[in-house]
Amino acid sequence: MTELLRVENLTKHFPIRRGVFRRQVGAVRAVDGIDLSLEQGDTLSLVGESGCGKSTTGRLIVRLLDPTAGRIVFQGRDLATLHPREMRPLRRDVQIMFQDPYASLSPRMTVHDIVAEPLRVQGRYRAGGPTRVAELLELVGLAPDHANRYAHEFSGGQRQRIGLARALALDPKLLVLDEPVSALDVSIQAQVVNQLRDLQRRLGLTYLFISHNLSVVQHIADNVLVMYLGKSVEYGSKHDTFSRPLHPYTRALLASTPHIDPAQRQAKIMLAGEPPSPLAPPPGCAFHNRCPYAVERCRIEVPLLLPYRDSLVACHRVDEI
Amino acid sequence: MSLLEVADLVVDFGTEDGTVHAVDGVTFSVDSGEIVGVVGESGSGKSVTAMSILGLIRQPPGHIRSGRLSFHGEDLRAMAPRRLRAIRGGPIAMVFQDPMTTLNPVMSVGAQIVEALRLHNADLSKDQARARAAELLESVGVPNPAQRLRQYPHEFSGGMRQRAMIAMAIANDPELLIADEPTTALDVTIQAQVLDLLRTAQEKTQAATILITHDLGVIAELADRVVVMYAGRVMEQAPVRPLFATPRHPYTVGLLASLPRLDDEDGPLRPIPGSPPNMLAPPSGCPFHPRCPLAADKCRTERPEPTDIGDGRQTACHFHEKLIEIDPAALFPASVAP
Repeated sequence: MTELLRVENLTKHFPIRRGVFRRQVGAVRAVDGIDLSLEQGDTLSLVGESGCGKSTTGRLIVRLLDPTAGRIVFQGRDLATLHPREMRPLRRDVQIMFQDPYASLSPRMTVHDIVAEPLRVQGRYRAGGPTRVAELLELVGLAPDHANRYAHEFSGGQRQRIGLARALALDPKLLVLDEPVSALDVSIQAQVVNQLRDLQRRLGLTYLFISHNLSVVQHIADNVLVMYLGKSVEYGSKHDTFSRPLHPYTRALLASTPHIDPAQRQAKIMLAGEPPSPLAPPPGCAFHNRCPYAVERCRIEVPLLLPYRDSLVACHRVDEI
Repeated sequence: MSLLEVADLVVDFGTEDGTVHAVDGVTFSVDSGEIVGVVGESGSGKSVTAMSILGLIRQPPGHIRSGRLSFHGEDLRAMAPRRLRAIRGGPIAMVFQDPMTTLNPVMSVGAQIVEALRLHNADLSKDQARARAAELLESVGVPNPAQRLRQYPHEFSGGMRQRAMIAMAIANDPELLIADEPTTALDVTIQAQVLDLLRTAQEKTQAATILITHDLGVIAELADRVVVMYAGRVMEQAPVRPLFATPRHPYTVGLLASLPRLDDEDGPLRPIPGSPPNMLAPPSGCPFHPRCPLAADKCRTERPEPTDIGDGRQTACHFHEKLIEIDPAALFPASVAP
């Protein structure tokens, strides 16, 4: 297998400015030193709850945001330090699809123009643009006559297919999918998940799949990275992570996910409290104030992401629990 | 007599593009102390049904065309506005999806709970109401209630706001609690906390509850009985366990088949083909027929009415008996076709 993407120490701090001179008084540590690696043709899922930094990580990788620190090595080149001019040809290889099927498509453009836009921007429309658009619509399961309609004429599921066609227009190698099915009803969500799996197989795509829904991740990911307050807490194969989660937070996430069986209502491992603010993360392990296993050391010393069995985990007590 | 009876409810909305047939003949009832889950996808009419019960449909553009809504045998539709206001927030209370839009942003949380209490208990003094409000916040698991009462909704997190909403809803010991997507905006670990809170609050108050959600996981955790809605109609009604074990409507079968599950093999999913109907022009006959693998000519012409099939179950399908011997996996195969 060849490595397509390697991210090292990726960091994004959003400054907080106050006063007349907009002096920086602090920072939101949205992403705080993430490492990950993605092989060609694989799917890595970033999971975690709102505010954990998973979407920011996705946006940093496609350079919609500039990182504060870290390296984003894509096919051997560091995207983090590239000049915008050098970045442009590489953008076709790394595309993103967004969560909200209503906000992410222009209401003033036809489906044809939406899907053709990346081709125009990259100067590829003149040579067979219309044919390529028709091909893309067919690829995602839309009819050719949909091309002349506007986005508002479509349902949520169809809009996500339009967003997918746009993301695929330039034959990208890596697709960042940011909660692509979260806004959809379950019967439609299943259609889109199957479509993504099918396209990956047919086109050899590599996915970074960002989701808060572990049941969906179960059906699409090869590897999983669990984030909490801007940091990785566990990183391993989906099979290992879901069948024997190591970090107490991963266990709580899995236990809180409903099992959809009224015959098995169970007293959950209830996780008390709420995530702390990324404005002022607590000292030591960010999870310690909610963790049932926390001891003195967890309140003082930040745990590092270290190998354990076949995974990586950031927990001082992983041996004992 | 049931606590709440909804019979043949029909609700339309006038829009620029025509009439939206949001609810088209819905019938169900709720008994004291039970949790009835109403499940359906967006546009199925589940929220419009709840808003109709509460008398919160704005008319126009809405129009309750027909139907009977009775609470303790009293006709809610014929009730004077004054009497209806006394019932809302009193014997019938509600919890909505988004507490940020339902709580008043310029009033402290304490003032809002005190207002809810005193509106329905004229003889309660301000101090008594404040003390009771603090007790309520504590009972729903809000830490430092005395301090929290002075804060405004924006100072509460999403989970804490939903707890405050629940405190307000149970303030006047309701007999019926209507919860519309109460955990949809919350993260899973917080959702688990709020579901647990709803369960304990229900056990304590013994309030009958209508739990409206698109999430079958929430239904499986909390409901006693389930009403499955699609395109403004009730497709199936059953106690929760048999509904999940042996669904007797193809739509319920499809909904369960399409759910991604944590404990599943990681195979492809089994979606329902097609998409939900446009409610400006709902399909003839059974509204599910364009997506139904069992559909025959009869389904296109004749609308199936809910029929009793024993064990407290009802289904609105001409061919429900066929479902007894069919494997759901065969009915909704894994496919990528839209």
